[in-house]
Amino acid sequence: MQYSEKVMEHFMNPRNVGVIENPDGYGKVGNPACGDIMEIFLKVDNDVITDAKFRTFGCASAIASSSISTELVKGKSIRDALQLTNKKVVEELGGLPAVKMHCSVLAEEAIKLAIENYLSKKQPQS
Amino acid sequence: MRVYLDNNATTKLDDEVFRIMTPYLTEFYGNASSLHLFSKETTDAMNGARETVADILGVSPDEIIFTASGSEADNMALRGIAKAYRNRGKHIISSSIEHHAIKNTLEDLRQDGYEITELPVDKNALVDLEALKKAIRDDTILISVMHANNEVGTIEPVEEIAKIAKAHKIIFHVDAVQTMGKIKVAPKETGIDLLSFSGHKFYGPKGIGCLYWRNGVRFAHTLTGGNQEKHRRPGTSDVASMVGLAAALKKAVANEDEEYRRESELRDYFESEILKKIPEIVINAKDVKRLAGTSSVTFKYLEGESILLSLSMKGIAVSSGSACSSDDLQASHVLLAMGIDPKFAHGTIRFSLGKYNTKEEIDYVVTTLTEIIARLRSLSPLWNEYIGAK
Ligand code: FES
Repeated sequence: MQYSEKVMEHFMNPRNVGVIENPDGYGKVGNPACGDIMEIFLKVDNDVITDAKFRTFGCASAIASSSISTELVKGKSIRDALQLTNKKVVEELGGLPAVKMHCSVLAEEAIKLAIENYLSKKQPQS
Repeated sequence: MRVYLDNNATTKLDDEVFRIMTPYLTEFYGNASSLHLFSKETTDAMNGARETVADILGVSPDEIIFTASGSEADNMALRGIAKAYRNRGKHIISSSIEHHAIKNTLEDLRQDGYEITELPVDKNALVDLEALKKAIRDDTILISVMHANNEVGTIEPVEEIAKIAKAHKIIFHVDAVQTMGKIKVAPKETGIDLLSFSGHKFYGPKGIGCLYWRNGVRFAHTLTGGNQEKHRRPGTSDVASMVGLAAALKKAVANEDEEYRRESELRDYFESEILKKIPEIVINAKDVKRLAGTSSVTFKYLEGESILLSLSMKGIAVSSGSACSSDDLQASHVLLAMGIDPKFAHGTIRFSLGKYNTKEEIDYVVTTLTEIIARLRSLSPLWNEYIGAK
């Protein structure tokens, strides 16, 4: 099993590592028993994602997937960011080994959860 | 610097062994089963290799079967006994920490109607002898336990298991792939009926294994074909590899005690250094008798593959769990059987030292590892939670 150069590059130099204090959107997926947890923090201004950060416990493709997906959603509108799929993550990474596909799914889920979290907070209290 | 610390997966072929093998890859190519003049050298070399191995093990040459790997030897042993003794019973006892060559073969036999009991192990991966005694039944035909575990290095009490097996007239098979050439293995004295091992774990070639099958133990075919290896294992004899295995074994055994001492010192040094420099780590099976070069370390709040790849980028080769299952996302069955919390089992790395490793290399590994662990932990939500809670 070998990783693409892009995966290794994002794994060794992940972008957007860290936390955002009081994020507008937050999502956490995974399970330590399975060996993976992903946390996504979003800063949103006028329905545009102005900043995204992550923390990941997991394999190289999990770290690379989180890194690339934060890159992909930064600067996007909430609507566009919701279009992010794991397929897109895999494509941007130049492919992932078959057994590692679920890491990209995890990234998609974490981003969507963070966005949903933002949207639920926006909902006017009734 | 390039540092190879994955010697339990495979070792570098010894140069001297390679030189001894070479003529049988170039000059002497006659089929060892032929009668004509071209087969003289190969037949002699094959007989010589068999005798060397038999001598070292203290067994008779006709009890030695060359195979293509340790896995094949394991397969032949388990399937052969299952077939030869099925009229006596269909119950087999093994342990929960066996190599996949055993585990998956037994799973296959289970599908064929055999009943398998997997013995539990304690936190140091030692097989539970009381559980073994309780597991024995009238229809138990075979006990198969590994000599030393490939992931954590624990050396199993095969002498005691042999006694128990003998008292109940049960065949005893030992997978000695990790111990052959590293610690003394004497099947006759110990009371082992079948023993498997392979050449590439002690600086011999890959693609050659060996199975000791005690005379008197019934044999059954698992492979059919020509009459090589006394009708027990067909296929044109790989004489070069047999010669290589024998030469490598001879050399390893001659240096066994000295190398054991050297490697355990180096390993102890490695472990004491990382314990000093890296917080929240656990060295597995530290307090039991284990292989001299094996160090299994759990780095809490991290996942093994990310450590492995980061080390690899710095020229250091290690393995996470068992090298054979790196395509498998489950935490290692050995670590789980030892009762290690699954969330920590994922963060376990096996460092396996060999005869070519030096103290300078270990120093480089310690420094590099310390940096890598700190970097990866800064990314880990689990580590940050842990630090935050402290
Ligand atoms: S995080 Fe589970 S395999 Fe990648």
